Amino acid sequence: MTMERRNFLKLLGAGAATVSLAGCATQPAVAESTARKVVVIGGGYGGTIAAKYIRMMDHNIEVTLIERNDHYVSCPFSNLYLGGILPDLTSLTIKYDGLAANHGVKVVQAEVTGIDAAAHTVTTSKGVFKYDRLVVSPGVEFRTDEVANYDPEIMPHAWKAGPQTVLLRKQLEAMKPGGTVVLSIPLAPFRCPPGPYERTSMIAMYLKQNKPGSKIIVLDANPDIVSKKGLFLKGWKKHYDGIVDYRPAKKVTEVDNKNMSVLIEGIEEVKGDVINIIPPQKAGHIAHVAGLVGTDKKWCPVNPTTFESTLQKDIHVIGDSSSAGAMPKSGYSANSEAKICATNIVALINGKETVEMSGVNTCYSFLSAKEAVSVAGVYAVNKEKNAIEAVAGSVGVSPDLSELEAVYAQSWLKNILTEMST
Amino acid sequence: MRIKWGGLALALAAMAVSTTVHAAPPSAAMLANACGGCHGTNGVSAGLSMPSLAGQSKVFFIDAMKKFKSGERPATVMGRLSKGYTDDQIVLMADFFAAQKSQNQTAAVDAALVAKGKTVYANTCKRCHMENGREFEEDTPIVAGQWLKYLQIQMSEFQSGKRKMSEKKAEKVKSLTSEDWDAVAHFYASQK
Repeated sequence: MTMERRNFLKLLGAGAATVSLAGCATQPAVAESTARKVVVIGGGYGGTIAAKYIRMMDHNIEVTLIERNDHYVSCPFSNLYLGGILPDLTSLTIKYDGLAANHGVKVVQAEVTGIDAAAHTVTTSKGVFKYDRLVVSPGVEFRTDEVANYDPEIMPHAWKAGPQTVLLRKQLEAMKPGGTVVLSIPLAPFRCPPGPYERTSMIAMYLKQNKPGSKIIVLDANPDIVSKKGLFLKGWKKHYDGIVDYRPAKKVTEVDNKNMSVLIEGIEEVKGDVINIIPPQKAGHIAHVAGLVGTDKKWCPVNPTTFESTLQKDIHVIGDSSSAGAMPKSGYSANSEAKICATNIVALINGKETVEMSGVNTCYSFLSAKEAVSVAGVYAVNKEKNAIEAVAGSVGVSPDLSELEAVYAQSWLKNILTEMST
Repeated sequence: MRIKWGGLALALAAMAVSTTVHAAPPSAAMLANACGGCHGTNGVSAGLSMPSLAGQSKVFFIDAMKKFKSGERPATVMGRLSKGYTDDQIVLMADFFAAQKSQNQTAAVDAALVAKGKTVYANTCKRCHMENGREFEEDTPIVAGQWLKYLQIQMSEFQSGKRKMSEKKAEKVKSLTSEDWDAVAHFYASQK
């Protein structure tokens, strides 16, 4: 199989060179690209790990990580800052110097403006980068056109951690006692399935401790709680009875920034003193620009073994942007997918046989300052369906709220951020 | 020109799908890497309560995974995740982690408790957890230099009866106080 593939590539290279010479002198030829270069776009849970593991597995591959910021703030655990457990976002923030110093990853702080799949180049605000294989890990973009009048400076999403999270917390702090917080949850799939319900818990905890008489109205576009349902309901009853007002099948389609209200399906109005809109989501902007998004116009279809795009050769998509079958859009999934992708990129570049994926997701949610719950599972490829599925019996949630899981969750954060930054 | 490149991209895309159907079964590294998000790169944990797996005894690793699977050992996420692997895959992971270079934990230990733990260790634990916990016998783990918080959680689960012990161990430790258990945790954690 690999031989056939290599021969085909040779033929193809020759063909491309011919086309280039005959047709257009400025068009870079695929055949001239003999260097072993991988470019990674996005320095989050997926991109950092892909860059690091490719370097760990093959030091002869040059890896360039392109990220627009000089730091990254973790979405996981950012709800604990909203709840008042974390004083700031410092413990959730990583830098990229460790990947450069320890693994020789070339880190470039730049905005990616385009990908030319045929020419194998990435265009950025700091020049053009050539690649043999490209990893695209841009996270999510918001489908703000589906929420009329949406303005994140007035009704923050706080679904990308950083200034938006700080803004939402400031709004909560400024709210008068007896006030109402409105939280809008989009239709699944979205980044971090249990995230909105953890946020509900953390905001309710903040209100209980700091804003007597206040409540949080949760407007969920989904017909029911998407993840860890029984555990969230139990936690809300135990800790936040009368504070959490959960309303399923309530899709926010419009907001009124002056009246501080939201409209459900354009009809039912709900007012709030603080309004947190988590808009519906799609793959990161660059994935759309590069033609990596599938017929649903939202997510990127990928080969379940290599995470190579099924639409563009030599471009791999990992993390929230990819359609990874049964693997949820979580930080841990992105970490696991990045390693699977790195393993097979190294195999493909070296002309070796690819390796079947084995993935893991482990995701904790806090219900109170001391209690957390988890969902965990192992994932593998169903060869008949050529799709990623959960390994039977391995996926499940905690039996109950657990103080021990809250302790383990802290180590989860420490280890996964250490993996990304050292 | 544009059309030609587009056609080429389509041909390549079709190939991308067809070439990667045949892949080798998950390798030891493929399986073990997936543990790293919680247990650290190559099993070297940076999390206070999360055990390092790097350099761990193969026999112990296999035994622990089997006990997680059967429910014999109390667990949170490991009770679920262990069910995702075949016995052969668990052996591959055990080999992978046993071959990694271990690193000592860095949490502060209490000198008085370390000294007390040394005595308790000498009287009670030494025969199975040899060389101050650096060596292992049969299914005992390497505990020297393991994270203090993790050891303390295990000690309290042994003491409360939540985590079962062998008859031999239960007989040995029956006179230990809570402070004795904690002192041994400090002693093991202090080992380099």
